[in-house]
Amino acid sequence: MSKIVFQRTKGLTEKEFSYCPGCTHGIIHRLVAEVLEELNILDKAIGISPVGCAVMNYEFFNCDMQQAAHGRAPAVATGIKRVRPDNIVFTYQGDGDLASIGTAEIVHAAHRSENITVIFINNAVYGMTGGQMAPTTLVGQKTTTSPFGRDARLCGEPIRMSELLATIPGATYVERVSVHDPANVRKAKRAVKKAFEIQMKGLGFAFVEFISTCPVNWGKTPQEALNWAKEHMINYYPLGVFREPKEDAQ
Amino acid sequence: MAKVMMKGNEAMALAALKAGCKAFFGYPITPQSELPEYLAKHMPKYGGVFLQAESEVAAINMVYGASGAGVRVMTSSSSPGIALKQEGISYMAGAELPAVIINVMRGGPGLGGIQPSQADYKQITRGGGNGDYYVIAYAPEDLQETVNVIKEAFDVADLYSNPVMIAVDGLIGQMMEPVDVDMEVSKRELPEKTWATTGTQGKRPPVNINSLYLDPLNLEKHALKLAEKYRLIKENEQRYELVNMDGAELVIVAFGTMARIVRSAIELLSEEGIKVGLLRPITIWPFPEKAFNEIPDSVKGILSCELSTGQMIDDVKIANNGRLPVGFFGRTGGMLPEPEEIVSAVKAMLGGLKHE
Amino acid sequence: MAKGKITVDIDRCKGCGLCIEACPYDLLELTPDFVNKKGYQPMRIHTPEECIGCANCAMMCPDVCITVERL
Repeated sequence: MSKIVFQRTKGLTEKEFSYCPGCTHGIIHRLVAEVLEELNILDKAIGISPVGCAVMNYEFFNCDMQQAAHGRAPAVATGIKRVRPDNIVFTYQGDGDLASIGTAEIVHAAHRSENITVIFINNAVYGMTGGQMAPTTLVGQKTTTSPFGRDARLCGEPIRMSELLATIPGATYVERVSVHDPANVRKAKRAVKKAFEIQMKGLGFAFVEFISTCPVNWGKTPQEALNWAKEHMINYYPLGVFREPKEDAQ
Repeated sequence: MAKVMMKGNEAMALAALKAGCKAFFGYPITPQSELPEYLAKHMPKYGGVFLQAESEVAAINMVYGASGAGVRVMTSSSSPGIALKQEGISYMAGAELPAVIINVMRGGPGLGGIQPSQADYKQITRGGGNGDYYVIAYAPEDLQETVNVIKEAFDVADLYSNPVMIAVDGLIGQMMEPVDVDMEVSKRELPEKTWATTGTQGKRPPVNINSLYLDPLNLEKHALKLAEKYRLIKENEQRYELVNMDGAELVIVAFGTMARIVRSAIELLSEEGIKVGLLRPITIWPFPEKAFNEIPDSVKGILSCELSTGQMIDDVKIANNGRLPVGFFGRTGGMLPEPEEIVSAVKAMLGGLKHE
Repeated sequence: MAKGKITVDIDRCKGCGLCIEACPYDLLELTPDFVNKKGYQPMRIHTPEECIGCANCAMMCPDVCITVERL
């Protein structure tokens, strides 16, 4: 007797991902989709697609979706959740979208403790537009618009969104996770699950930041990119829980 | 219900509630702030959502989300704030989402002033944001008409799945007039919002609210579909009023507050035996081109009167199609003309025409 | 004696190789002399009898093209 221990979740459509080989967007999509299926909320989920590489993820998540303008996903999510409080509303945003052009929207969604779930993908670069410097680009990291490496005197230190949002009283749950190895992927899924459970309980704003990769724009193989994320990104962006509901605090 | 005295901004808010508006997202700006203030107080009684957003940009994107979720939704602002909302309005036009947007216009460009203006005419009637699109725009002249068009606007927005703008100015927003908010307006038969994101509830395949078409062939198809919709709107939704046209020597084209002043000027002129008609657009997009076919042969010229340096005059010239000489009179920056200034402009134009 | 079994949706695979690195027993490789319909060299298991069904490969697969069974 064999038992299936892993199969493609019904939370994803059959559509093939449009991402480059080895891009960890795919892993994160899977985690979100599995959680939607496991929590039995796929039927009432409404997701918001960002602008960026994940712009077409409305074709991948097997639930109702709205595509939002660059950075505005938390505002769109607010509009949906306020008029449909019984639905489960989540945004999926990259670092250009959330940490640059959409800072006002994410900060104020957290500030109002909107009862939504935010999945934030930090890969330290603008992927879709071709590898430009993001607010999250590490100091010294070369991109097409920081060809000599990010200079902190000119561009500032990279922005740490989890730490920033954790200062806001309305941010109910803030955790940073990574997907650079199987153990971390499993741990990341628990964070995603928790972020949706918090919304289901009506506890307010839940935010999960993923350390992700961009092999093509980093100029690395997929595995080298994971290694670089582990060695360099996690140094600057430490993993862990920055805020959680009081009852869950260890 | 009998007429009651109401302030313009508050009457507009109440009209929206009467029209079944269930959500409002806005940001304070003069001279429209009484509108969100009224809704903050009264929306809960109507079982709706009121939320003051962090910016106009956020507000219009909240409107996008709520509209996409199938709910009647409104926002209001004034000129600089409407400029900020253009991103969201373009996305809504692209995604074919209905909403009512109230623009209580003030002077510009930039921060401009806070006094009445019609200087957003081109922004409103040319879409306003990026891409091939239009918003339906009403420009009423008094509170009763404003209340009536707001109530109708929600139906029109839903019928065409398109944003509808109500373009008034600070004068209409701030003044008090007797108004009956329960006056009957024409109702439309509306399609069901099968496209709305409500969660599949396990009953249908997922839906998606979207304005992205990466394949140029598909984007062209989408643009042509929108263009066909706009053609229908042009055919069916032009609205205007013709005043004093019989035997008129000259026709003034004016809307909103300017039309009110023009009415006074026309009376003064008639006392002097000069017959002038008023062609008053109630929709500024679609522009009431049909009305120009009704201009009688007695008319020797058209004067476009605007609270701007001359924006609607381009549409007047297009609609006139070279038939009659077109002149312009305007005050701008928040300045309102005295009727006598319009009287002088009419006389000057008529004098000039006699010399031709 | 195999304790696990993987099945790969070959045409979905982009040959990124993240599964190869994730396999604790080094059982995976890119299929030599073969490309799928997308033009990638898909992964395969070269020694299926040693698979323990741990699903680490599936954890790391960005294209969700691996099914894992325990026997």
